[in-house]
Amino acid sequence: MNKWITGALIAGALVSGQAFSQAMAQESQDAIRLGIDVPYEPFVVRNAEGDLEGFEIDLGNELCTRANLECSWVEQGWDGIIPGLLARKYDAILSSMAITPERERQVLFSLPYYNTPSVWITARDRDIDIDDKASLEGLSVGVQRGTIRDVYVTQEYGDVLDIHRYGSSQDVVNDLKSGRLDLTFEDFPIANDAIDFRQDDSPYKQLGDSIKTPTSIFGEGAAMAFRQRDKALAAKFDKAICEVYADGTFDELMEKYFDYDLSVRPSEQDCAE
Amino acid sequence: MEQLNGWFTDLLSDNTIFTANTLGFYWGGFVTTVQLVFLSLVIGMILAVPLAIGRGSKRRWIKLPIYAYTYVFRGTPLLIQLYLVYYGVVFFEGIQDSIFWVVFKQAFFPALIAFTLNTAAYTTEIFHGAIKNTAKGEIEAARAYGMSRKLMMRRIILPSAFRRALPAYGNEVIFMLHASAVASVVTIMDLTGAAYYVYARFYAPFDAFIFVALIYLCLTFGIMFVFRKLEKRLLAHLRPRGA
Repeated sequence: MNKWITGALIAGALVSGQAFSQAMAQESQDAIRLGIDVPYEPFVVRNAEGDLEGFEIDLGNELCTRANLECSWVEQGWDGIIPGLLARKYDAILSSMAITPERERQVLFSLPYYNTPSVWITARDRDIDIDDKASLEGLSVGVQRGTIRDVYVTQEYGDVLDIHRYGSSQDVVNDLKSGRLDLTFEDFPIANDAIDFRQDDSPYKQLGDSIKTPTSIFGEGAAMAFRQRDKALAAKFDKAICEVYADGTFDELMEKYFDYDLSVRPSEQDCAE
Repeated sequence: MEQLNGWFTDLLSDNTIFTANTLGFYWGGFVTTVQLVFLSLVIGMILAVPLAIGRGSKRRWIKLPIYAYTYVFRGTPLLIQLYLVYYGVVFFEGIQDSIFWVVFKQAFFPALIAFTLNTAAYTTEIFHGAIKNTAKGEIEAARAYGMSRKLMMRRIILPSAFRRALPAYGNEVIFMLHASAVASVVTIMDLTGAAYYVYARFYAPFDAFIFVALIYLCLTFGIMFVFRKLEKRLLAHLRPRGA
């Protein structure tokens, strides 16, 4: 007799619980909260009036409009940003989070929306062709130890270039300027701040194109993160990301905040219905 | 035995870190560390002998500069000295165009200079202490034979001082080996540099650093063994009789 009652109670609890969580999900999809770590210039900062602004705020609001969702922002320190998502403090993370296999075990990622490129830099008067591997024999290149740039250079150029590995990117820049290094392969935003290489008369110059591939080394880029089960919500944002890329809104926003290209255009396959 | 063998094979079959490639890195690092430490110790010792004699001189213009040198190099961290020699020299205007650039362009020579100056400072003080502590009786005996100061230094004081300095110098050699770990901050691929690389590449701090710690341990053991033998031979006259 007792068993019957217990069974019925458990069944009842399960059914109502399911209905309840469905209702919750229904409601929370109309009004969702986005978690973000503030500040990270120029992606997000708090301005003098106390409002959040920046590239990711503009982009996030744009994506929400397109997905027909009412979005609000929740501030969360980086260390607790995934636990906060799993604990339902917010429904998605939009905070320059790079896609990694470790994180993929815990959260569901949208399509990537940006990835910062890496660049080859050398002195302006040097005549180096980075694509002609034979001509690079014996040249020295500086990278920060253990970074994806280190991995790329080691894998692609380890047999020809003399690779110097430094503890900090500051040291790399120092030795490029001192003349110990012929080349450096650096993260674009870091190089942009530390080395004068973008004007016609600046002492350094970029070699070849900015590099974001292969994704096996450079990663796919930064993406929104959701709880594993919220597949429908993630799909809405995937669609919105495809849209902002397709109609040029992304480029407008990017030009507003950056003077270099950090777009990762989704493939047609990714955007197919 | 077979069991042990099987266990060992199992252990190594899952191992993705210690491949021929990374072991090559460690070997390269081993060679660099030994070269760097050996060269700086040899050059440092050659410098230290005249400096130690000068350090005990009665003339102030000889004594004081040497004292200032050892004071500065023993009073500041080796890492700072290395940074100054490596990154500091490039602030001299036009060094890139001078003949010195051949030496300073690579990381090896700035590191060798910093290490040599450092160990020479310590060795000078060790030798100076030993010279100062030479038994009065030995000196008086030498004088009684009518030896000049030079001859006395060569025949009596230095040989006796070196023997007595041996244990302290052995420690300095081991300290120098351990201190050489800072070389990796100026991009030298020494043992620690190789360990850093493996660590950064595989995110495996324990494997990378425990392995390198074992190599340092073996090197230290080798140095201790050599000095133990040397002490036994050269300090035989100081051992209590019958022991």
